Amino acid sequence: MAKLKDLIQKEPIMEGGHRMCLGCGAPIIVNLILRTSDAPVVLANATGCLEVASTIFPFTAWRAPWIHSAFENAAATASGIETMYRALRKKGKINKKINFVAFGGDGGTYDIGFQSLSGALERGHRFLYVCYDNGAYMNTGVQRSSSTPFGASTTTSPAGVVIQGKLQKRKDLTKIVVAHNIPYVAQASPHNWLDLTKKAEKAFSVDGPSFINVVSPCPPGWKSEAKDTIGLSKIAVDTCFWPLYEVENGKYTINYKPKEKLPIDAWLKPQGRFRHLFKPENAELLKQIQQDIDKEWEALQRLASL
Amino acid sequence: MKAGSYLLQGNEACAEGAIRAGCKFYAGYPISPSSEIMERIANRFPECKGAFIQMEDEIASISAVIGASWTGAKAMTATSGPGLSLMLENIGYAIMTETPCVIVDVQRAGPSTGQATKPSQGDVMQIRWGASGDYQIIALCPWSVQEMYDLTIESFNLSEQFRVPVFLLCDEAVGHLREKCVIKDDIEIINRKKAKGKPPFGQDGDDLIPPMPSFGEGERLLVTGSTHNEWGFRKTSDPDVQMRLVKRLSDKILLNQDKIIRTENYLLDDAEIGIIAYGITARASLKAVKILREKGIKAGLLRLKTLWPFPEKVIGELSAMVKKLIVPEMNLGQIVREIERVSKCDVVRLSKVNGEVITPSEIVEELLLAKYYS
Repeated sequence: MAKLKDLIQKEPIMEGGHRMCLGCGAPIIVNLILRTSDAPVVLANATGCLEVASTIFPFTAWRAPWIHSAFENAAATASGIETMYRALRKKGKINKKINFVAFGGDGGTYDIGFQSLSGALERGHRFLYVCYDNGAYMNTGVQRSSSTPFGASTTTSPAGVVIQGKLQKRKDLTKIVVAHNIPYVAQASPHNWLDLTKKAEKAFSVDGPSFINVVSPCPPGWKSEAKDTIGLSKIAVDTCFWPLYEVENGKYTINYKPKEKLPIDAWLKPQGRFRHLFKPENAELLKQIQQDIDKEWEALQRLASL
Repeated sequence: MKAGSYLLQGNEACAEGAIRAGCKFYAGYPISPSSEIMERIANRFPECKGAFIQMEDEIASISAVIGASWTGAKAMTATSGPGLSLMLENIGYAIMTETPCVIVDVQRAGPSTGQATKPSQGDVMQIRWGASGDYQIIALCPWSVQEMYDLTIESFNLSEQFRVPVFLLCDEAVGHLREKCVIKDDIEIINRKKAKGKPPFGQDGDDLIPPMPSFGEGERLLVTGSTHNEWGFRKTSDPDVQMRLVKRLSDKILLNQDKIIRTENYLLDDAEIGIIAYGITARASLKAVKILREKGIKAGLLRLKTLWPFPEKVIGELSAMVKKLIVPEMNLGQIVREIERVSKCDVVRLSKVNGEVITPSEIVEELLLAKYYS
C-alpha cells in the first residue's frame, strides 16, 4: 500500500491551477485516485464541472491522454478504448499495462450516462469508473439529479410554498452497480484519503470493471462554505448518509463504522440547500430522512454480515 | 402572470408563453443555454397546476412529452443542439404519430457540445432533416423577448392545429436577452380537434388533419411509429398505406403553408438590396438597413418568423424585385441554400460561426466594402 509521502511525491496526473471552484471535492478525489495508479492512464471524462473546469483555454490540467465525448458516453468511449487496447496487446503492438479511468459526475453517471455505464460493466471491460457525486447538475446551475438527496432544494426542485425541495429519494447507484456482479465496487469519501487510495489500488488491480462512488461536496450547489468541504464529507460518513464500504466479488465489507453515529441534522444544517427543512412545519420530513438513513444503514450492515 | 409589462429574460418569457398557451406538461433535461426555461417552469407549475418532471436525458424528455400529449396535455420540452440530437429518434416518432408538442431549441454553437453558452443558428437543418424519412415540421424564429412569449403561444397553437411537433428555434442571444415583454390577456388559443369514433390517423373528410383522442377517453387507441393505417393498425408492407401516410404528413403542412408562414417586411417597397434574416440576426439586419438608408442605399429587410415550412413564395417574389439578396446567418450557410434555390437574383452569403452575433456594421461593411452594391 502506498504511503502518503510517496503519493505526494508522484507527479500529479491532474495538475493544479485548474478552475474547479474553491472547496470543490472533485479534484481532491481525482488527484488521489490517479496518484495510486500503478500504470500510465488514459482518461475518459463525461460532460460536467470536471470536464469544463479542467480544460479552460489555453490550459489543460491533464498530464495524460484525455477524451471528452459528450454527456452520456464516458463509459462507452472507455469501452472502445479498452477493447482496442486489448486487441493491440494481443497483436503485440502494446506490451505495457495501461489503466483506463472514466470520470463522471452524478448527472453523467446516475442519469444520462447510466445506460452506457451499465453496458460497459456487463461487457466486462477492465476499467475504473469514478463517480464524483455532488448530488445535482452543478455545472448547468444546480438542477436536481437522481442522486440529489430527498428534500434538497435545487433550481428544478425548488423549495417553496407548495413543495419542500426534492420529493424523491436518491437512487442507490452503488448497489445497482453491485448488481452487475463486477469484481470491485466501493463507496468512498475525500476526507479519508487512506481509505480512498486503498480502494483505488484495489480497483486498478482487478481484471475487469471497477467502480468507485465518491461523495463530493460542492459549495455553490450545497450552499456550504468552501472551508467545510472535508468536514462535510466526514460528517456525511459519520451520519451514515454516505457509508464507506466495498464489495469485492459480491462480498460486502464496511470499511468504517462511526463510534457514535451522528444525527443527520449535523450534515444537513451547514448546507443551505436544506435550510427549509428546519422550519417547524417540516419536522416530519427531517424525521423521515433520519428514518431512511437508519434503515439503509441497518440493511448495509446486514449485507456486510453475510 | 397578470397582463402588463415586465422585464423578462427570453427563456423566462418562453416559459410564461407556454403557461399562457395552456401547457400543462413539461419534461426536460438541463442543458445550457436553455435551462432557465425548465427552471421557470419548475417554479411556476405548482401554482399553475401543471406537471413538471425532470428526466434522465433528452430522449426520455421527448418521450415523456409524447406520452403526456397522448394523455391530453399540451406538452413541451426545451433543449439545445446536442440535446436535440439525442431527441431525434422520438422527434421522428412524434412526426409519424402526429403528436402535438412544442420543442424549444435554444441554439448554441456546435457541432457536438461546441460552445455551451454562445449563440448560433446551426440547428436550422438539424431540426428540418435530423429524423429519418420524409416529413414536414414547423419552426418559428423569435427575434425578441416579446416574441419568445408570443411565438411560444403560436407554437402551441400550430402544434395543436396541425398535430405536428413545432420547433421554437431561438438562440442563446435571444434566450438570455432581458428586455420588455408585454404579457397579454387577449390572445387566441387553439386546441386540438376532438371527435369520438373517428380514425385518429386518417384524413378527416377534406381536412388532412385527423382528430386526436387521448388515453383515458374510452377510445381503443393504437399508437405506433411504424407505418399504420387510419386506425393505427401496423401495416408495414402495404405500399399504398405507406404512400398515403407519408404524403399526408407532408401535405397537411405544405398545403396549409399560407396559414402557417409569417414573414415581416421592413422598407422593402423600393428596395434594391434585400436582406433576409431570422432570429437575433434579423435585429442586426434591421439596424443595418437603417444605416444603409442613411447612406442613400435602398436596402430593406425580409424577416422570417417562420423558417419551416420554408417561405419560398415570398422569397421568390422578393428576389424578382431586388438586385441582390444578402443572407446573414450564424452558420456556414444553411437557410441561404434554400434561398439560393428559389431566388432569381444574386444571393450573397454572410456567415459567422465564431459564437458571436452578427453586428449591423458587419452587414453594412459586407455590402459596401465587397462592392456588392455600387
